[in-house]
Amino acid sequence: MQKELWKGNEAIAEAAVRAGCKAYFGYPITPQNEIPEYMSHRMPETGGVFLQAESEVAAINMVYGASAAGVRAMTSSSSPGISLKQEGISYLIGAELPAVIVNMMRGGPGLGTIQAGQADYFQATRAPGHGDGHMIVLAPSGIQEAVDLVADAFDMADIYRNPVMILADGMIGQMMEPIVWKEREAVALPPKDWAALGREAPGKTHFVTSLRLQSPENERFNQELTGKYQRIADKETRWEEIDCQDADLIIVAYGTTSRICQSAARKLRQEGIKVGIFRPITLWPYPYEALRKAAQQQSVKAVLTVEMSSGQMVEDVRLAMCGLKPTPFYGRTGGMIPETDDVADKVRQILQEVKP
Amino acid sequence: MSQIVYQRSPGLQDVETHYCPGCHHGIIHKLIAEVLTEMDLLDTAVGVCPVGCSVLAGNYINCDFIEAAHGRAPAVATGVKRTHPELPVFTYQGDGDLASIGAAEIMHAAMRGERFTTIFINNAIYGMTGGQMAPTTLEGQKSTTSQSGRTRELHGLPVRMAEMLSTLDGMAYAERVCVADIPSLNKAKRAIKKAFTLQMQGIGFTFIEVLSTCPTNWGMSAVDAGKWVKSNMTQYYPLGVVKDVEVQA
Repeated sequence: MQKELWKGNEAIAEAAVRAGCKAYFGYPITPQNEIPEYMSHRMPETGGVFLQAESEVAAINMVYGASAAGVRAMTSSSSPGISLKQEGISYLIGAELPAVIVNMMRGGPGLGTIQAGQADYFQATRAPGHGDGHMIVLAPSGIQEAVDLVADAFDMADIYRNPVMILADGMIGQMMEPIVWKEREAVALPPKDWAALGREAPGKTHFVTSLRLQSPENERFNQELTGKYQRIADKETRWEEIDCQDADLIIVAYGTTSRICQSAARKLRQEGIKVGIFRPITLWPYPYEALRKAAQQQSVKAVLTVEMSSGQMVEDVRLAMCGLKPTPFYGRTGGMIPETDDVADKVRQILQEVKP
Repeated sequence: MSQIVYQRSPGLQDVETHYCPGCHHGIIHKLIAEVLTEMDLLDTAVGVCPVGCSVLAGNYINCDFIEAAHGRAPAVATGVKRTHPELPVFTYQGDGDLASIGAAEIMHAAMRGERFTTIFINNAIYGMTGGQMAPTTLEGQKSTTSQSGRTRELHGLPVRMAEMLSTLDGMAYAERVCVADIPSLNKAKRAIKKAFTLQMQGIGFTFIEVLSTCPTNWGMSAVDAGKWVKSNMTQYYPLGVVKDVEVQA
C-alpha cells in the first residue's frame, strides 16, 4: 500500500471522515486548528455537516444533539477547551450517547502555553465530567496509530454508547509522518433504536435523557454503567511492550513521550543498559495487570514513569505496582518536552541508586 | 345520546403532569400538542427540553424528545436539525435557562437563522430551583435571591428576549403571547402554528415567547397568578408580533 505524508491534525480529521463521521462541531484553539479547518471543506464534500460553534460548550452540545439523533459525530479541542466541554461530556455519559472527542493537549494550567503537554491525564481518565463515569481514552504515539485509533474510537463509541477520547498532544497534532490508509473490516454495530428521530408509534416515543429523578433508579443506572466499564476493561485494554523481556529498568510512557523514551532506550542499549518500554495505548481502561506482569520479572530493578506533566500517570503506575518495585518519576511540564539525554541520565542515576 | 365535545389531544401522552396548580406549562404543552397533531408532525417531531421545570416535557408531549443541559437546548437542537433538516425540531425553554445561562446559545442560534422553533416560557422567575431571581424578573418583584424586590441599581432591568433576538437577521418570526385567557390562548396557538409552518418552509429561526405563571414561587393563588400576567407582565413585555420577515419583505 502506498505511503502518504500527513500532518497529524489533518490525518485525524480525514480518518474520522473515513470512519463515517457525518457531523463535526468545533471551536478554534491552538494547536488543533487544522482539524476544524480540514473538516470545514471535507465534511460538506462527503455529505456531512460542519459547523463552527459559538463556543466549546455549544460544540459539545451540538455533538450531543447529532448523536442523540443517531449520527456519528465528533468534536476536537485542546486543553482549556476540553475543560469547557466537560459539562457536555458528563451528559453524554449520562445519556449513554456515542461521541468522539479529540484533545490535542497543551501545557496548562489556565491559559498556559500552546506547546505540547500531557497534563490533562487526570481530567481524561479520572474526571471527564461530574458524577460517576468514564471515557474510553486512546493515546496514539504517532500519526499512523492516531489514524487507526480514530476508526476504532467511532466503533467503540457506538458499541458501548459512551464518549471516546483521542488523547494526543500538540506534537502529534503538528508533526508530519508517512502513513498508510488501511482497509478495515466492518465491525458489527448495535442498532441505534434509541435515537430521537421520530417516534415509532403514538405513545411509543424516544426520550434521550440523563435525568433519573428517583435515586434508586439512578443508582441502578450507575451500577449498570459500572458493569459496562468492567466489560470495556476486560475487552479493550491495550498496550505495547518493547524489549521488556530482559529489561533492567522499564520506562512507562505514552504518546509523544514514549517516542522520546524509545530513543533513550536505544542509546542506553548501546551502553549495555537494558531498558524496556511499556506503553499504555488505552489510558482508560489502564493496563494495570499487564504492567505488573512485565515488571514482575527478576531483572527489573525499577519502573520509571516519564510524562510531560508534574506526575499524573505515575499514580496509575504505582497502583499497578503496589510497592512491588521502586517507581521513580521524571517529567517536564508546562509545554517543555523531555530530551532523550535527560531521560537516559535519569535511567543511569536510578540504576546507580537501586544497585544491590 | 352523549357526544364528545372535548378530549385530550392525541399529541399528549396519557399521563398526569407534575406541574403545580395554576402553572401554565400544561396549557402550553397542550397547544404545542394540538399544533403538531393538526400539522401531522407528531411522528417526526423532535423536541429538546433543557433543565428547569419542563425538563420532563418529554414524558408529556407525544413525540420524541432529547433532554439538554441548562441553557444548551439551542445547541442540541442545532445538532439535530443540521443533520436532519427534514425533521420538525423545537426547543422548549424557561427564562432562567434561555435568558441567563443559555444566552449565548440562543443568540447564536438566532444569528445563524437555525431552522428550528423555540418556545420560550417566561414566568419571570426560576421555578424548579425554588423561586430565585431571573433575568426576566420584573423591577420590584420579590424572589428568594431579591428578597426586597429587584432593583435597577443592583440587577439592571429585565431583558426582553423577543425584541433583543429580533435585531438579528437570522430571526424569521418572533411573537410574544400569553395563555391567561381564552382569546390570548387562541392567539398563542396561532402563533405556535405559524412558527412551525415557517420552520417547515425553511425560512429561518422562529421564536414564540409565552408569558407564563409560577403561582407557587410568586406566592399567589392560581387565579391571581393568571391575573398578574395580564396586569403586570404584559406592561413590561408587550404582547404581539415582534418580527415577521414575510411582512417586512
